Amino acid sequence: MSPEPSPAAATRGGTDVIHNIGYRKYDGPRLGRSYARRSLFVHSLRGTYGLGRAAKSKVLPMILFAVMCLPALIMVASAVYAGADELPVDYTAYATFLLPVTSIFVAAVAPQVVSLDLRFKTVPLYFSRPIERSDYVAAKFGALIASLIVFTGTPVLILYVGALLGKLDFADQTLGLGQGLVFTVVFALLYGGIAVSLAALTPRRGFGVAAVIAVLTIPYMLVGALQGIAQQQGESDLTTWIGLGSPGTLLDGFQDSVLGGSSNFPGGHQVTGAEGIVYALVIAVLIAGSYALLLRRYRKAGL
Amino acid sequence: MLWIPLVTHLSSGDAPETHATSVWGPLGGVSPCGTSGIASRRGTCGRDPGDSFSYVTVIATQSLTMRFPRVTALDRLTVNIAPGVTGLVGANGAGKSTLIKILLGLSPATEGSATVLGLDVSTHGGTIRESVGYMPEHDCLPPDVSATEFVVHMARMTGLPAAAARERTADTLRHVGLYEERYRSMGSYSTGMKQRVKLAQALVHDPQLVLLDEPTNGLDPVGRDDMLDLIRRVHTDFGISVLVTSHLLGELERTCDQVVVIDGGTLLRSSATADFTQDTASLAVEVTDTDTHPDGTAALRAALAEAGLRPQEPATVGAPGSGHVLLLDTAEEDVFDTVRDTVAGLGLGLVRMEQRRHHISEVFADSTEHPTTHPTDEPGSATTSRSPGVSPDPGGGATDGPAPTGSGPGSSGLDGAATPRQPVRQHTAAHPQKGGGGDVA
Repeated sequence: MSPEPSPAAATRGGTDVIHNIGYRKYDGPRLGRSYARRSLFVHSLRGTYGLGRAAKSKVLPMILFAVMCLPALIMVASAVYAGADELPVDYTAYATFLLPVTSIFVAAVAPQVVSLDLRFKTVPLYFSRPIERSDYVAAKFGALIASLIVFTGTPVLILYVGALLGKLDFADQTLGLGQGLVFTVVFALLYGGIAVSLAALTPRRGFGVAAVIAVLTIPYMLVGALQGIAQQQGESDLTTWIGLGSPGTLLDGFQDSVLGGSSNFPGGHQVTGAEGIVYALVIAVLIAGSYALLLRRYRKAGL
Repeated sequence: MLWIPLVTHLSSGDAPETHATSVWGPLGGVSPCGTSGIASRRGTCGRDPGDSFSYVTVIATQSLTMRFPRVTALDRLTVNIAPGVTGLVGANGAGKSTLIKILLGLSPATEGSATVLGLDVSTHGGTIRESVGYMPEHDCLPPDVSATEFVVHMARMTGLPAAAARERTADTLRHVGLYEERYRSMGSYSTGMKQRVKLAQALVHDPQLVLLDEPTNGLDPVGRDDMLDLIRRVHTDFGISVLVTSHLLGELERTCDQVVVIDGGTLLRSSATADFTQDTASLAVEVTDTDTHPDGTAALRAALAEAGLRPQEPATVGAPGSGHVLLLDTAEEDVFDTVRDTVAGLGLGLVRMEQRRHHISEVFADSTEHPTTHPTDEPGSATTSRSPGVSPDPGGGATDGPAPTGSGPGSSGLDGAATPRQPVRQHTAAHPQKGGGGDVA
């Protein structure tokens, strides 16, 4: 289709100066759409920790990551030193134990994943490449989820390694780790999904951060307060259903009933198996909904 | 631009540099072809511009229609675009961006079909985008990333393996003229540098076609010239076809082989740039003064009058350089020879001898008035050497001044109108040579 390189271009080079080597055609492989999607995923995942970006982009994620892992290290160290027969915290409870840290991380990183492309109008460049819009959404969604899994999963792994070093029961700990990792994934999907679909609504990073923090924390506090009131009124059943009202309590109830943890609900209220299924369903709907919202957001965005 | 040679739009078929260089002499000087008369000029240096449409097309649309709820962005647009540099001209809202979106396979057309590089846009969008580069009109660069990192990332997004992406990025950034600064974050770049990075990311995967949306936006005159040279080189040196949109007609004259004019989503005209800037059948001659002839222009004028020609001064007196230019009617084929012999006989230095051409803008204005008179394939107007680029239309010509009709008083009037622009075009005269001559900076 394109004409031959001009004779002038072909004869250039050789003994000429280094700048004058002429244009070279690319005949190598073109790896196509799935490779591009994977590249975008890796690029975005690295970006959440500030890798491949300016130094100041690394500061916050790295500090938060350290804050996230430090308690796990301390717990492990003290458990091993004291020769305790169990860890001070459940594998499934760790992420909720440090919920404020995780929330800040999600709120800071989700806009990093999507808002920058919107703000600097890089999105059209992506869509002028082999990838489709759905690939872009999948890569971005996946990147934030993976980033969160790394963020909340690493301390869980530290706990597990520490527990094994402390010669705690292997079968027990491995089951706990499995539950902890399942919880980590569900947690990442729910929090990440909500955060990324919110952040994609605005090209302004600050708004994105504020919106994510607001949606993740305000309902959580509100639900906690309502649950406290319900518990005081003796309406124990109501406590469970109010718990469906925020992402944080949803996850709490989910790990309580399905993953054998214990909830932070007031009064040590337990979520039963049947209620747990409702919790799981609501979580699934929320994750699917946020993904659909994100797809919808990018259906119109373009050149 | 006066020196768009007739041959450049054929550059897909044969090497354009050699021809281009000879036609664009220093100062746009006497072309070796030009001295030997119209017939041989047509015969040896240029081929029938009508031929370009029989070449393989890179972009073809067939009754392409795009309707939005409120507006019709494209209305039964049928156009064929040959390899080379093609200008897509239209006012804002003429449908340029909509067309690019459809060509990239990003939005389905309401009706009609389009192919890019022989692939149907509705079914092969992904494959097309693998071999096409796109440079958006707006700023699209994250400021906290270096040009190298950004272009590498974009190369990988097009499917290049990591190592190849790095290598091509280094190459491409150098070709667009970014050196040490490519390691700095792009927030500190000037507009010109940003435009270069944008061009680089469109070229990094060695596409067969690039779509450049208003690449000269926001650039100062020097930056614009550089960018236009670069665009020219993308085709001549890199062998990549270019579709470049603009609303500045002057830019396209010097850069493009073919110009497509759309307005309100319909095709106004599509033909070779040479057709747009058809000869006005008048020849401008400028000579130096010598000791024997203190006023070389006057001496030449007298000598030419003796030889049976009727040299005229350009109508606009006072414009820089206009006092030293003589205009000649080139109705007879031996005019070039006569001028050459006369100048040589007087011992004068011949500064330039050039064919005056229509300006695209004149054609554009004319086309706007008569959209139906220009079918897609301009019926070989250039085969007849005297045919003006636009349909002669005395009525229309009378309203907006000079009528682009062949010879006689009309032609000098046209030249008079064109003369005020002359100095600008002379200043830029050296650039096409650089761009077309294939010398890489």
